[in-house]
Amino acid sequence: MRKRKSNILAGIDWMLVLLFVILIILGWISIYSATVADSHETFNLSSKYGKQLKWIGLSFVLIVITISIDSKFYERFSGVIYIASLASLIGLFLFGSTINGAISWYNFGGASIQPSEFAKVATALALANYLGEPNRDLSNLKSQLSAFLIVILPSILIILQPDAGSALIYFALIFVMYREGLPAYYIVIGLLAILLFIVTLLLGLKITLITVISLIVLFFMYLIRSNNLTFRREWPKIMVICVVVSLFIFSVDYVFNYVFEQRHRDRFSIVLGKTSDTIGIGYNTNQSMITIGSGGWYGKGFLEGDRTQGNFVPAQQTDYIFSTVGEEWGFLGTTIVILVFTAFILRLVQVAERQKSTFSRVFGYSVATIFFFHFMINIGMVIGLLPTIGIPLPFFSYGGSSLWGFTLLLFIFIRLDADRTYVW
Amino acid sequence: MNRKFLAYISILLVSIIFIVRLFYLQVIDDSYRASPLNNSAVAIKYDYPQRGFVYDRNDVLLVANQPSYDIMVIPQDVAPLDTLEFCNLLQITKEDFIKKYGRAKNYSPRIPSVFLTQLSKERYAYLQEKMYKYKGFYIQKRLLREYPISSAPNVLGYLGEADENFLKNDSYYQLGEIIGVNGIEKQYEDTLRGVKGVKFIQKNRFNKEIGPYKEGIYDTLPTIGKDLTLTLDIKLQKYGEELMQNKRGGIVAIEPSTGEILALISTPTYDPDLMVGRKRSKNSVVLFGDTINNPMIDRALQAQYPPGSPFKIINGLIGLQEEVITTDTHFYCYGGYKYGRGKGAFMKCHCGIYASPIRLEKGIYRSCNAYFANVYRRTIEKYGKANKGMDVWSNHVKSFGLGDFLGYDLPAGQKGMVPSTELYDRWYPAKNWTSTYTISNAIGQGQVLTTPIQLANMTAAIANRGHFYTPHILKKVANNSIKDEKFTKPKYTTIEPKYFDPVIEGMFQVFENPGGTARFSRVKGIEICGKTGTAENPHGQDHSIFIAFAPKDNPKIAIAVFVENGYWGSRWAGPIATLMIESYLNGEVSRPWLEQRMFEGSLQDEYDKQQELERLLKEQQLAKKKAEEKLLTAQEQLKEDQIAKTEE
Repeated sequence: MRKRKSNILAGIDWMLVLLFVILIILGWISIYSATVADSHETFNLSSKYGKQLKWIGLSFVLIVITISIDSKFYERFSGVIYIASLASLIGLFLFGSTINGAISWYNFGGASIQPSEFAKVATALALANYLGEPNRDLSNLKSQLSAFLIVILPSILIILQPDAGSALIYFALIFVMYREGLPAYYIVIGLLAILLFIVTLLLGLKITLITVISLIVLFFMYLIRSNNLTFRREWPKIMVICVVVSLFIFSVDYVFNYVFEQRHRDRFSIVLGKTSDTIGIGYNTNQSMITIGSGGWYGKGFLEGDRTQGNFVPAQQTDYIFSTVGEEWGFLGTTIVILVFTAFILRLVQVAERQKSTFSRVFGYSVATIFFFHFMINIGMVIGLLPTIGIPLPFFSYGGSSLWGFTLLLFIFIRLDADRTYVW
Repeated sequence: MNRKFLAYISILLVSIIFIVRLFYLQVIDDSYRASPLNNSAVAIKYDYPQRGFVYDRNDVLLVANQPSYDIMVIPQDVAPLDTLEFCNLLQITKEDFIKKYGRAKNYSPRIPSVFLTQLSKERYAYLQEKMYKYKGFYIQKRLLREYPISSAPNVLGYLGEADENFLKNDSYYQLGEIIGVNGIEKQYEDTLRGVKGVKFIQKNRFNKEIGPYKEGIYDTLPTIGKDLTLTLDIKLQKYGEELMQNKRGGIVAIEPSTGEILALISTPTYDPDLMVGRKRSKNSVVLFGDTINNPMIDRALQAQYPPGSPFKIINGLIGLQEEVITTDTHFYCYGGYKYGRGKGAFMKCHCGIYASPIRLEKGIYRSCNAYFANVYRRTIEKYGKANKGMDVWSNHVKSFGLGDFLGYDLPAGQKGMVPSTELYDRWYPAKNWTSTYTISNAIGQGQVLTTPIQLANMTAAIANRGHFYTPHILKKVANNSIKDEKFTKPKYTTIEPKYFDPVIEGMFQVFENPGGTARFSRVKGIEICGKTGTAENPHGQDHSIFIAFAPKDNPKIAIAVFVENGYWGSRWAGPIATLMIESYLNGEVSRPWLEQRMFEGSLQDEYDKQQELERLLKEQQLAKKKAEEKLLTAQEQLKEDQIAKTEE
């Protein structure tokens, strides 16, 4: 134990730290550019970029604490942390304050904290802990259900806030389970379901139903022919699949039209190209795309982006921060940011893969998955590939809670990685 | 397959998709970055310079600028205010306030609207100090044209707003910007307007201006408009307008030695002040809509009339130049001129010199039709076939600036008409026409058409003994004389100078000889040369025409007067021409009784009569048409009845 402690700095993956520092710096420059016009001063600590700088400073305190805690602590106390985190999410409905229509915040005399950002850390720890138990086999249904429960509990609480975007991230953890042995058909069925969902929205109920059922029948007829199966034995299977698929299509239609709120429907409609509204519901995405597009090859230069300085993109310092990079640094800047993120996430996966303990590996995978989905959904939304889903871009978006949540995720993993040679 | 590869592959795939998408957005699709200055994030504000002033040749101010003040409102900036006090201040009622404010708010809460228009200078001075109390309201200054002397609207033109049509041709303007529409305001728009200054202003997404764009490095300062000095003598111009009141027509006076236009009168005229500011739209409907008096048509430039007898002078000159006559050649008049065998082939003459020899000088001052018919015939027939003669004649006529745009610097005009071989060949495809087919050209009837300015220019060319300067209205720009060779270089006619003296002598005798056609208009102490004219008019009473220049040697003024339906030359045009010459040369008029008669004389009855006649004619035609139709239907009915009968 003593020996291990003295080796902490040597065991740290400096590559990840370097990429983290690059992202933090680029992120703060973007926030500075997006918000400097509001304060009419070159520097002011009480402005948004000033606050962000303070949070960055505090996050280094957090890093030191995270690194100094014994790595075993995280595994031992993961259950407690998870329960506390769930409690904090439940507590929101009693003590939380509402911002932008969602009760997602605790207000401590001016400083607001968003517990859902920290719940990601807790859930990742709990999942790692559960999957890290010896002889855990994800191919049996009981383990699958328990693992799903761990992930779904916090996400339900977050959906109720309501903050569907943040809740979505938890579903991404299914990929971690896949890595740990969850049968592939979960993923395949999940992807097919998403595909069917989009197709149903695009083509409408009737056409989708007819097309899909005929495709299934054709597919089975092909199977029967080529594998010498008899129809008499296979038809119940076909029937069941057809019924399930039909039910799914009907429910998609039902959910979309009767469960979704208009704003959700609108967001899908825009990305699917069913409406071309650029003033009302499509305003953000349209402004963001214009802003990014106006950057060209090399951008307009730092603080020279007239659309950024003119505050044309709403929520630019938070969810749409990437548009600042697009306008002021151009294609060159956006490519660099995407490459740094890609390197960062790939490195996370690589480091996760080299873990000897399952706990560390699962946690590492969870961290990588969470970062990847934030990256994919946020930038996909800003450049108009995905519907509007309000989740932050790690280390870029303005806000203390998300910064600290991501920092914790990363550095707990770095701490675990530093001790990777020890299996316990 | 190892499960970890799913992670690597999806990460790389997403990253590649993003980069491709960004490449498309930022590099390929350039619709987002046409120009940073065309960006909706940058507002362009213009700083309009003061428009140049306009003076007459004696530095009398003709066109100035008057400030006008509008109260503007931006509804979203309006703070709660003491409405009663505010209404008292603006001298409006509360209902008025509510109505105006509601209208502005309805239009847009963000964009400034006009709340109250055209405050006087006094009210502005008073309000200026109080307006700070009312947030969202401010006073905007506009410059309107002001006319210290109400005269010459046809020359000065007026200001309007640039419309889409105009923007297509000139990228300088924005929709609704002030622009010269007519007269010199249009002709010298570029000089008068100066160059507007441009300011680029950064806006945020609420369209709110948040400061200069890039610290104003693209901004430019306005250049003030230049003042113009016209060749017009406003005293003469105004005098002419007064003489022409209640008569339709055009007058052009030119200084022969320079081509400078001294007066350019078109009546009925209107007060230029009617076309200023907000009352313009209302008044222009009235003025342009008056199809009876057509005040917006510049008769001095645009009206084409047959020149009548003054054109005989040209024919005389051509005869001399072509050597078909000499000053000693004489013809006889038998109450007219018989140019063919038929009974109708007779041109009447009112010279009253029966069967006694008439030479050139007498032919002019008695305006003998027969004399000039002979001269014209000889000219056309000189080369055998009529077409060659016609070409020669046509060229001579055109050298006086007739039959085409003169090239003066005003935006309106008409070509007039000088007939040519081509025209007659078209009319008579057999090409068998002869001089007698076109004999009316001899006395300025026929196919010849001139505008008053062409006639005045022709007079100037005669006064100069064979050359003229292109008439122009601009004398100086910002006190520098114009140097355009188009206006400073003389143009020569095809007639040698020596031939002008006998003709001018004849024109002098028009006044001096007891038998001269304008003896009555003679002015003591001024040697005027002139020629009366009476142009036949198919629509009604003959037009009264007069051309003149004075003095005989070193002429200072050449003038052409055209009075529509003025019976004959010496009845209206002659006296008006001589009064204007006298006024211009002597500064006063020695014949107040004649002046009085011109002031008071009105041809309105004549115009009314003519209009009534036209109306009756129309009705008659209509009635005739109806009767014919009736007859036709009756006939058809009859036919049908007959058919029915036969079938029975």
